[in-house]
Amino acid sequence: MTKVSAVTLSEKEYLLPGNRTCPGCALSLAYRYILKALDGQVIVTVPASCLTVLHGMYPITSVEVPCVNTPFASTGAAASGLVAGLKMVGRKGLTVLAVAGDGGTFDIGIQALSGAAERRTDFIYVCYDNEGYMNTGNQRSGSTPLGATSGTTPVLGKQQRPKDITAIMEAHNIPYVATANAAYPLDLYEKVRTAKDVVGTRFIHVFIPCPPGWGFAFGDTVRIGQLAVETGWVVLYEVNNGVFRFTAASESIAGRGGKLRPLRDYVVEQGRFKNITEQQLNELQEWVNARWKLCLQRAGIQ
Amino acid sequence: MGTRECRHICDESSPGIGEAGRTGEWRNAFPVINQEKCVVTKRNKLTCFLCWLYCPDAVVRKEMPVSIDLEYCKGCGICAQVCPAQAITMVNEGESCPEGAGGI
Amino acid sequence: MILDGKERRRKTDVQMLDGNQAGAIGAKLSRVQVIAAYPITPQTPVTEKLSEFVEKGELNAEYIAVEGEHSALAVCASASMVGARTFTASSAHGLAYMHEMLHWTAGARLPVVLACVNRAIGAPWNVLNDQQDSISQRDTGWIQIYARNNQEILDSIIQAYKIAETVYVPVMVCYDGYVLSHTEMPVDVPSQGSVDKFLPPYKPHTTLDPSSPKNYNLVTLANPRANTQGILCHGYMELRFLLQEALQNSRETIVSVGQEFGEMFGRGYANTYWDFRLDDADIVIVAMGSLAMEAMVASKQLREKGHKVGVLGLRVFRPFPKSDLVRALRKSRVVVVFDKDISYGSEGAVCSEIKAALYGIGTTAMIRNYIVGLGGRDVKARDLVDAVEKAVMLLGQGALNVEYPEWICQI
Repeated sequence: MTKVSAVTLSEKEYLLPGNRTCPGCALSLAYRYILKALDGQVIVTVPASCLTVLHGMYPITSVEVPCVNTPFASTGAAASGLVAGLKMVGRKGLTVLAVAGDGGTFDIGIQALSGAAERRTDFIYVCYDNEGYMNTGNQRSGSTPLGATSGTTPVLGKQQRPKDITAIMEAHNIPYVATANAAYPLDLYEKVRTAKDVVGTRFIHVFIPCPPGWGFAFGDTVRIGQLAVETGWVVLYEVNNGVFRFTAASESIAGRGGKLRPLRDYVVEQGRFKNITEQQLNELQEWVNARWKLCLQRAGIQ
Repeated sequence: MGTRECRHICDESSPGIGEAGRTGEWRNAFPVINQEKCVVTKRNKLTCFLCWLYCPDAVVRKEMPVSIDLEYCKGCGICAQVCPAQAITMVNEGESCPEGAGGI
Repeated sequence: MILDGKERRRKTDVQMLDGNQAGAIGAKLSRVQVIAAYPITPQTPVTEKLSEFVEKGELNAEYIAVEGEHSALAVCASASMVGARTFTASSAHGLAYMHEMLHWTAGARLPVVLACVNRAIGAPWNVLNDQQDSISQRDTGWIQIYARNNQEILDSIIQAYKIAETVYVPVMVCYDGYVLSHTEMPVDVPSQGSVDKFLPPYKPHTTLDPSSPKNYNLVTLANPRANTQGILCHGYMELRFLLQEALQNSRETIVSVGQEFGEMFGRGYANTYWDFRLDDADIVIVAMGSLAMEAMVASKQLREKGHKVGVLGLRVFRPFPKSDLVRALRKSRVVVVFDKDISYGSEGAVCSEIKAALYGIGTTAMIRNYIVGLGGRDVKARDLVDAVEKAVMLLGQGALNVEYPEWICQI
């Protein structure tokens, strides 16, 4: 597949200007490309989340694709219902696209997602991960990093490391699993485009820096997203039919010796880590190193 | 006249621009493109467009010359950060444009 | 063979079916397209029967073996959005688990049909029959219909689709666990051809099409808000008013569908309650579901003792058929309501609703509430007879009102 660029990508937008997201919202940025990659030929299902609010308030929506809102825990099930219903009424050619936050994926929504994947449901599930329950004002989620303050970890910071949702989904033996990052929109676009043509459950975990939630200036969203990859907090990869492959900046880093910048460089930029202890930072650094090493092995580089 | 005229029996929303109102009113600073530095204008060619690529709100017009819809631009400043030619400056609302900069 | 009024010869196909089989066959005949259900005693055989129909190719449907009841109804709701006819079934804890989705489905105005196999809810555990589960969901905005026997289960499910798809309100068909679900009775099974004539295809009110994109069930504000054409659209409260209005008006549809069913199949359902010797009764027993059958036996025994007793077998609990019940009960002297449920801290739900319905009509009837049959406690006709006689005796002593219902148990 030829690589796309900002020049060659279509101007057609499915997101209309004037939506309710914060300035510098990485979800809004990412969502542009997810919908572009599918040419808007989708039915989207969205649980309670920031995306619900991006979509607007009745009777006006800011997104030009059909959408079914669904309660928080039910995204995987709502998608399963859309797939089954479309099949039974004989409608073809549409992708069922579930787009849920980390809350609706790692925590309250994990059961329905796991069930949908176990049933080999033919849909794309995108988890947009801003590492907290941001729609309700930033409370800790299963994705919040160790040491990060939040509404529910206001003094001591989160005491646990996050779940590795991509590994969990890979363990379901689904045909396509990938990580992506709003700061790398072309890579995200290509992954969704690849996923479009895979049959079965496809899971994409998209990293979404959140300015008000993480405590950085909203102009820095893309920079923070790139820093996350440079320090290994986010590894950009896809596992397509069992074959592991680095992509985008992670591929570049792996290709030129595999050295990551220290995680400290990423952490110091964000207000949510202002109370992180050295011990917590070391634990995170070790975890990042171990995961990076594993990825290098999977790519056959070490 | 009550709300029955809309004839909805359930919550059914239709697409519209500016769902959150004129989001341009949110911002403290607005982007100004210096067309003398902008690669598209300089080379007279459809190229770069990174500001368009990275705009979360799709308010950058992917045209020659590049321009920004200030009605809805929230002033986040991502475009100014990502521009490889440093052609975009964020100007505080109420101040005039920096010297040497062209209009939007 | 049965000859109906139009002299057509109608074939019967009487089979010995338990309630769950009747329910599954009702769904099958209705040509449901998406089934999502999770097993729970005593509903399990419904899901098994339906998956058998699908796997054998007897029913063209997608059977989604969901991982829980909340997901079961979420699957049905979204499948219904794209225009598929959907079915689910549950009991007790399963129904409770999908509580959020019950609210959602009704608010979204989706014509899902759910069979509730009535079972007691814990704590403590009990798998046997009472009606607490469906009664607990009475505020969610679903139409609720109770079956007295297995024939009514099958027939009500078919009618439920016609009702739901006309008024765009989901319908819950309730039947007693074990008493009906696991007990075989003769059931006349309609032919597929006749059901096809009765049930037109489902036309969704929702459009999910990229060429005309719409977003369903987005956040609403408290107040009405204009759309991009300047037309004032509903606030949350107006949308909810429409649901209530639809339920209020659905009584007419329930009765006319029941009438049509009678003309097609020879068994009429043009009613919101079953009437047994109410005409000359001044003592009325009210019961819901299979208990209404027991109540008929009890009323016969009471009549032999000289009491003028009739039975009002409540069929439609939601919408609560207030004016029908007022007409039936306005001349009663004693109304004895047997509830297989209780709204804790208050009284049986059926009794409360009856009292509310009779408010303001100037009745001086004594209304007595008895809680019976919880957790599968057997209710014999003689228990009902004793209860009625006790109520009559208390009336004679001038005791009209008690604060809380009496329980028929061994406490």
